[in-house]
Amino acid sequence: MNELYEKYIKKESLPTLFCPGCGNGIVQFAAIKAFEKLGIKDELACVSGIGCSSWIPCYFKMDVMHTMHGRALPFAEGLKLARPDKKILIFTGDGDCLAIGGNHLIHAASRNIDLTVIEINNYIYGMTGGQKSPATPEGAVTKTSPFGSYDEPIDGCSLVAAAGGTYVARWTTAHPLQLEKAIAEGIEHKGFSFIEVLTQCPVQAGNNIFGEKSPVAMMARYKEMTYIYKEGMEIPEGKVRIGRIKHDTSRKEYTDKVLQKLEEKNIKKGQSNG
Amino acid sequence: MADITIDKACCKGCDICLSICPKKIFVRSKKRNDYGTNMPEAVNRDACLFCGMCERLCPDGAISVRKTEEEKEK
Ligand SMILES: Cc1ncc(C[n+]2csc(CCOP(=O)(O)OP(=O)(O)O)c2C)c(N)n1
Ligand code: SF4
Ligand code: SF4
Ligand code: SF4
Ligand SMILES: [Mg+2]
Repeated sequence: MNELYEKYIKKESLPTLFCPGCGNGIVQFAAIKAFEKLGIKDELACVSGIGCSSWIPCYFKMDVMHTMHGRALPFAEGLKLARPDKKILIFTGDGDCLAIGGNHLIHAASRNIDLTVIEINNYIYGMTGGQKSPATPEGAVTKTSPFGSYDEPIDGCSLVAAAGGTYVARWTTAHPLQLEKAIAEGIEHKGFSFIEVLTQCPVQAGNNIFGEKSPVAMMARYKEMTYIYKEGMEIPEGKVRIGRIKHDTSRKEYTDKVLQKLEEKNIKKGQSNG
Repeated sequence: MADITIDKACCKGCDICLSICPKKIFVRSKKRNDYGTNMPEAVNRDACLFCGMCERLCPDGAISVRKTEEEKEK
């Protein structure tokens, strides 16, 4: 077993429930690499919703809340307000985050609360058998879009950037080094950080959306269909932007505002006010 | 020479390591992992670049690449 895996993963819970070649394990390892780089294992706590990707933190040897479908963010916001000393990561799927949890995402981003969200975008509801998600490409045939999806997909990064999130990046499982760097940056950034990872679900998205079920072919496809923006470049048509999309340090952070108000009112944190 | 191990309790036989190693060190074998699929074998270990991509891209933390004592002295 890899030494870092052994340090961070609960051996007794293995094997993970992910199918062979599922990208969730690559995201998990990138996060471990980022934790190790920052040396902050004891300061961390993770929160997730429901879905295959929401199982990623459940194997970590640390405090983890595995909550309800779509509700990871409200739990995480509560935890952050109760324990501002903790660095909190949220692992959430494209369905968990953009469909049922979409409204929470908008408000958490707008508050600029100091959380780091890792949105695992496999373009599908993996866990429940391959239904369309808000990220599913137009025209893709899924269990719930038998004639091809009519909807234009929602771009989580653009949504968060517009709503007020202050660190936004997108990478893929074919970019593990850049991904671990982005996770570390997201954790260090004080404010709402959002990192989308294009992640292969060979079983449910593979054949249906991409016409390939080999994990390696899907990762190669993710490399082909993305580009890294450079100032002044011509935007390649039909490709998805990856890299750091937004980094803004000018906005005030939400927990600070709350704590400052409590201090002004002479209320000790944890004390009831009536 | 690199000391490369593949843990049969972790490996699920996804074949990612076979394709992504720039030196093609992982090859198919007849050995079974605990998951019940075929697991790879590491050959030609002298060629290892210690790039770490196999460790990063194995979704199940099965691979460990270490420098042997003689390699560390180089
Ligand atoms: C309130 C509620 N509605 C629906 C479900 C069923 N459900 C479980 S996971 C899931 C979607 C998972 O998709 P995603 O978040 O993209 O995660 P993935 O499995 O693709 O990683 C749904 C609809 C549920 N568990 N709870
Ligand atoms: S269904 Fe898809 S997302 Fe879920 S574990 Fe299997 S490959 Fe991964
Ligand atoms: S470290 Fe790099 S060269 Fe060595 S086995 Fe792994 S992928 Fe191949
Ligand atoms: S990448 Fe990991 S799980 Fe996949 S075949 Fe190689 S060692 Fe096994
Ligand atoms: Mg999904």
